Amino acid sequence: MNYTIAFRTIVIKEIFRFIRIWPQTLLPPAITTALYFLIFGKLIGDRIGPISGASYMDYIVPGIILMSVISHSYANVVSSFYSTKFQRNIEELLVAPLPSWVILAGYVSGGIVRGLLVGVVVALISLLFAEVTVKNMGITLSIAVLTATVFSLAGFINAILAESFDDISLIPNFVLTPLSYLGGVFYSVDMLPGIWQNISKGNPILYMVNAFRYGLIGVTDVDIQLTFMITGGFIATLTLLSLYLLHKGIGIKN
Amino acid sequence: MKLFPFVLRPDPFALNLKFLKMNALSLRNLKKTYNNGFTALQGIDLEVEAGDFFALLGPNGAGKSTAIGIISSLVNPSSGSVSIFGHDLISERNQAKSCIGLVPQEVNFNQFDTVKNILLNQAGYYGTPRKLALQRTEYCLKQMDLWDKRDTVSRRLSGGMKRRVMIARALVHAPKLLILDEPTAGVDIEIRRSMWKMMQEVNQQGTTIILTTHYLEEAESLCRNIAIINHGKIVEHSDMAGLLARLHVEHFVLDLAHPLSVAPVIDGCQIEWVADKTLNVAVPKGYGLNKLFSQLSAQHIDVISLKNKTNRLEQLFMDLIDSNPAGAQQ
Repeated sequence: MNYTIAFRTIVIKEIFRFIRIWPQTLLPPAITTALYFLIFGKLIGDRIGPISGASYMDYIVPGIILMSVISHSYANVVSSFYSTKFQRNIEELLVAPLPSWVILAGYVSGGIVRGLLVGVVVALISLLFAEVTVKNMGITLSIAVLTATVFSLAGFINAILAESFDDISLIPNFVLTPLSYLGGVFYSVDMLPGIWQNISKGNPILYMVNAFRYGLIGVTDVDIQLTFMITGGFIATLTLLSLYLLHKGIGIKN
Repeated sequence: MKLFPFVLRPDPFALNLKFLKMNALSLRNLKKTYNNGFTALQGIDLEVEAGDFFALLGPNGAGKSTAIGIISSLVNPSSGSVSIFGHDLISERNQAKSCIGLVPQEVNFNQFDTVKNILLNQAGYYGTPRKLALQRTEYCLKQMDLWDKRDTVSRRLSGGMKRRVMIARALVHAPKLLILDEPTAGVDIEIRRSMWKMMQEVNQQGTTIILTTHYLEEAESLCRNIAIINHGKIVEHSDMAGLLARLHVEHFVLDLAHPLSVAPVIDGCQIEWVADKTLNVAVPKGYGLNKLFSQLSAQHIDVISLKNKTNRLEQLFMDLIDSNPAGAQQ
């Protein structure tokens, strides 16, 4: 059996799905982030001094791009896989001779593609407000891909365990959004009082945002190697958990 | 130079012979208890020969859908084994699954996708190369009379068309075993008959078919072998002709030319008066309709027409179900 064809089928299906509904998937981040850049970067940012030698607008651009990558890679997989469960067309995948890893890889790849595509859209919008230069292309791209992978996997697990549409909005609303806003998107962790600096360092998104910022403008609050280790650890853990859930049929089989 | 050509190019005729001798499906002591404690299958054994058109019947909640769910990997069994064309569903999972095409009871395709994409995706999940997938999609959609609907978004199709899409989808990877779980439920008689014809054609082309249905005349006219499941146990497993031969009494409805006020008395038959010109007659097997009509003629009763009161299989089915109540299975 040719698993490459099966994998490609799932990925293409996923990409066509979010492109077909582009007003819901690609347009909103363009508008939302344009507002972020205008309000936080331009109107308020002009009154805030530079952070670590970068203008406030330049400082927030990487964080906003990565925040979009995080939310959209997560949203793509959680909504697509849960809809597949809800409409019961997940049965097509379960009846077919597909190993769990092909299903997982297909959906996660779809999430990565959407996360990165939204990241590109937001980066293009940011060019209207800031001069974005890439200091280290390798770190920028690898952190973007790894971050999209982490949150695509997390979205997949959320979709497997979800029993209603409410369940797929809980994590994005009450976990992802607060962690993103508190992950150093709009400020440097050095600006926080001592105890809050330590608490913030328990937030994995802080590391991803800062590593991505380092890749783009060369400014970071965290160790880049540590970020790669944390991100790799999350990917390994979430992959194993996803495969276990698929293998056992938890949430998808009787 | 080719090494071991006999291994690389086995004799296809020899393979066919092997295929014909093989069981399409073997279930061994298959049990399923759900998390809520309900035991849907109490240990069933079942064999379906390759090439068969097999009916799996049973009342609602008997365990048919659970059995089909396990065979098609949608339900995890509690214990027991499933073998599909000799491939164990656990140890040779992918080979076993490659043999199956499933038409479920309820519509389960992506309602936002086009008919063509539903089939192409399904072919892709089975590793079918794109060019071949396009050919098979066209063939299956034409076979189901859906080719002109190929670019229609599936939610816009009628109920009967959705059923046919599910059959086309199940056939697109050319399965050796097609499982149809109540495929004609809720479709009109014209579509049902066209689906019967299609199922017979698919079976004649060599695909083994397992059919569950509540329309017993459907099972009687299509299937060669039958199993009846009740309260999670197989209560009957035989060939259709042999099963029908066990029917001791057949019930007919007679339409009369002239009205009667009471039921006539005929030795050996039970006759019930229904209306002025209608009688129900229970005729024992071997009694013969000629003898019945002779007796009626002798009493100057003219019969215009007759029909079976119930489907023959339906009568046997009810007898078997009634003789195996829930309590008897515990």
